[in-house]
Amino acid sequence: MKRLRLALVFGAVAGLASAGGATENRGLPGNGPAAYKEDGRYFTEDGVPTYFIAEDGTVDWLTFSGFRRYHAECHVCHGPDGMGSTYAPPLKDAVERMDYYDFVYIVSNGIQNVDVSHQNVMPTFGQNKNVMCYIDDIYVYLKARGDGALQRGRPAKREDKSDAVASFEAECMAGG
Amino acid sequence: MKKLFAFTSVAALCAGSAALANDELLELMNDPTQWVIQTGNYANHRYSGLDQINRENVGNLQVAWTFSTGVLRGHEGSPLVIGDTMYVHTPFPNIVYALDLNDHGRIKWKYEPQQDSSVIPVMCCDTVNRGVAYANNTIFLHQADTTIVALNAETGEVKWTAVNGDPSIGETNTATVMPVKDKIIVGISGGEFGVQGHITAYDMETGELAWRGYSVGPDDQILFDENTMSLGKPVPANSSIDSWEGDQWKIGGGTTWGWYSYDPDLNLVYYGTGNPSTWNPSQRPGDNKWSMTIIARDADTGMAKWVYQKTPHDEWDYDGVNENILVDKEIDGEMRKLLVTFDRNGFAYTLDRATGELLVAEKYDPAVNWATHVDMDPASETYGRPMVVADYSTAQNGEDVNTTGICPAALGTKDQQPASYSPQTGLFYVPTNHVCMDYEPFRVSYTAGQPYVGATLSMYPAPDSHGGMGNFIAWDALAGEIKWSIPEQFSVWSGALATAGDVVFYGTLEGFLKAVDAETGEELYRFKTPSGVIGNVMSYEHDGKQYVGILSGVGGWAGIGLAAGLTNPNDGLGAVGGYAALSDYTALGGQLTVFKLPD
Ligand code: HEC
Repeated sequence: MKRLRLALVFGAVAGLASAGGATENRGLPGNGPAAYKEDGRYFTEDGVPTYFIAEDGTVDWLTFSGFRRYHAECHVCHGPDGMGSTYAPPLKDAVERMDYYDFVYIVSNGIQNVDVSHQNVMPTFGQNKNVMCYIDDIYVYLKARGDGALQRGRPAKREDKSDAVASFEAECMAGG
Repeated sequence: MKKLFAFTSVAALCAGSAALANDELLELMNDPTQWVIQTGNYANHRYSGLDQINRENVGNLQVAWTFSTGVLRGHEGSPLVIGDTMYVHTPFPNIVYALDLNDHGRIKWKYEPQQDSSVIPVMCCDTVNRGVAYANNTIFLHQADTTIVALNAETGEVKWTAVNGDPSIGETNTATVMPVKDKIIVGISGGEFGVQGHITAYDMETGELAWRGYSVGPDDQILFDENTMSLGKPVPANSSIDSWEGDQWKIGGGTTWGWYSYDPDLNLVYYGTGNPSTWNPSQRPGDNKWSMTIIARDADTGMAKWVYQKTPHDEWDYDGVNENILVDKEIDGEMRKLLVTFDRNGFAYTLDRATGELLVAEKYDPAVNWATHVDMDPASETYGRPMVVADYSTAQNGEDVNTTGICPAALGTKDQQPASYSPQTGLFYVPTNHVCMDYEPFRVSYTAGQPYVGATLSMYPAPDSHGGMGNFIAWDALAGEIKWSIPEQFSVWSGALATAGDVVFYGTLEGFLKAVDAETGEELYRFKTPSGVIGNVMSYEHDGKQYVGILSGVGGWAGIGLAAGLTNPNDGLGAVGGYAALSDYTALGGQLTVFKLPD
C-alpha cells in the first residue's frame, strides 16, 4: 500500500532518471556504497541512488546539489547539515534508519503527529517541484552525512552536472 | 511615586490626545503596576516605571512562582497583567490562560482554539506566537491560522472572530495585534511562501474589516496618495508595481509580522515590512517596493503618510520588520519627535516620525560589512540608500554563486526580539546576533502554499571576534554609538526590559534570566530557567510587590539554526564543530517564571 502510493507520486518524477543511458561499468574506487555510475548519477548494487566521494574529497553532483536543496527546503525545520533542531528530527540519522523508498514516501506525503503533547507536522511535498525534482539529490546528500562520509558544511569540490542530469532537471521543473 | 513615572517622552505622546485614543488603554499603559501591551506602551519602550527592584537589591531576586503552559514549542512574547489577572498565551495551538494573581495563579479560564493542523508546516521556523493584546475588557488573540478572536477578559467567552488570511496559500500569523482607538491593527506572515503582505484594521467591537493596506501592489491596494512622502519628496504614482517585473509583486512578500507602534498625537501607526519573495534576488529585478520599508499610516484610514525603504532590492533576507521605537529628543536645540529602529540589516536608523526625514543611520554591530554606509546626502541620487559592497552582493555575484563572509547573517544583527528604551538613561538596550553567513541564491518555481525560498545559506559566528553568536548592547541613538556591549555565547533572542530601578533584564538561549546595570552593563543577577528564553521580559506589581516575569521555551529561528551548533566553513579544518551547540545547554520547555525580592 505504502509502496503503491509512492509509485504514483514519484513515478512521474523519478521514472525519467533511470530511463535510457549507458551504464559505466567501471570499478569505482574507495569503499563507499556506490556500485555503478549511470548518466552522472551513482547507485548501489540494488539500484538505489547513492553518493560518491572521491579520495580527494570531490563529491558527486547530486550530493552537492542535495546540500543546496536541503538547505533551501528542509533546513528551516530540520536545522543545518541534517543535524536536527528544536523543531524537527535530524535527517542524517533518519536516512540510516529508513530506506530510500520510505524516505521518498514521507517527503511526498508528510507526517501528522498531533495530539495533546505533540504539534509535529512534516509538510507534504509531493506537489513541490523544488523538492521532488531534487529528491534523489537530497537523499544522497543526507545519506553521505549519515554514513559519516561527508563533513558538515558546503562540500568544497564537486563533479560537474552531467548533461543527463541537466536535461532531467529542466524537464522535471517544466513539467506539470 | 510610581504613578509619577518620570517619562517625559511618553507624557508628551499621551497629552491632549485622550479624546482621540482609547482612553482606558492609554491610562493603563501609564500605570507601571500593570503590563497591558506586549510592547510596554504604544512607543514600544518596554520600560517599567517600577523601582522596588533596583541595582542594589536585584542580586537577591528569587523565584516567586512558576506556571507550565503545557506546550513544548518556542515561546515568544510575554504575559499581560491587567488588574488582578495575568493572561498567558502559548505557541500553536495558541491556548490563552487567565490566571488569578489573588489565588496563586489559579486558572480563571482557559481558551483553546480548534485549528487545522495543516497550518503548522506552513509556518516558517516554528509555531511561535508573540502574545495577546488587551482593550475594552477584551483579550485579542491572533491565531496561527490567522483567525482573530476577541475574548471577554473576565470569562474567556468569544465575542467575535474574523479571518485575516488563507493558510492554504501560506498566509499565517505569529504576531500580536495592536489595539488603537476603536480598531485593532493586524499583520500577516508568509514571506517565505510568496504572500502579498498587508496590514489590516478591524473594528474592535464587531471584527468588521475597516481598511487594508498592502505592502506591495497598485496604489489603491497599498493606500498611497499624492500626500505620501518618502525622504522629503512625494512618492510618484505606481511606485510599487513599477519596481517589480510584470506581476511578480503579487507574490512579492513584504509581510508584516513584527511589532507595531502608534503616536496618538500624530495619529500614525508605524511598522516595518519584510523581505521580498524569493530569497533569490536575480529572480525579482527592481527595488521591490515597498518591501523592507518603514511605513507610517493614518490609524483611521490606513493611508500612508510616509515611507522609507531601508534595503531596496534585498539580497540577504534582511527582513525589515523590527520594531520602531518612538522617543522625543532634542537635536540642535530643538525637540524632535523621533523614531528609532534597529534593522535586521545591521543599521540603526533614527528618523523624524512626523515627516519620515532620515537623521541617523549607523551600524550597531561593527561586524556589519554588506554595505559601507547609508548615503545621507539629500542632494545625492542615492540618498537614503545603503552603499552595497560588491563582494557581498548576492545579486551582483549572481545565481549559483556562493557569496561568502556576509555580515550579518539572514537572521539579522537583530531579529524581532524587541529592544528596550529607558527614559532615565536615554539609552536603548538591544538584544543582538553576532552571526555571519555564506549565501547562494538559485532559481525556484512558485507553487501556492509551498515554500518559495531560493537560496542556500550557512551561518557562523562573526569571525575575528569573541567567538560568541550574540551581544547585548546599550545604544546611544543620537550619537549613533554603542555605549557598552556584553558578549553572549548565543544570539540574544529575548526582548529586553529596562526599569526605573536602573536595571535591564534579558533572557538568553541557554535559559538564563539576566539582570545588568543600566549604566555600566555589569551583571547583577542570573537565574537558569527550565528552557532557553526567546520570550520577552515584563514586570508588574501586585499587592505592593514588584514582580518580573519571563516565558521560557526554546525554539523559533534560533532553536532551528543553533540547536546543533554552527560551523564555520571558512575557518578550515579543526575549527569545525568548535562552536557551542544549544542542545548541550537546554531542551524543549514551556514555562513562565516569575521573580520577586525576598519578603
Ligand atoms: C515545516 C517544517 C518542516 C520542513 C520544511 C521539513 N520537515 Fe521533515 N519533518 C518535520 C517534522 C516536525 C517532522 C517530525 C514529525 C514527527 O513527529 O513524526 C519531520 C519528519 C521528517 C522525516 C521523518 C524523520 C524520522 O526520523 O522519522 C523525514 C524523512 C523528513 N522529515 C524529511 C524532510 C525533507 C527531506 C525535507 C525537505 C525537503 C523536510 N523534511 C522539510 C518538519 C519539516
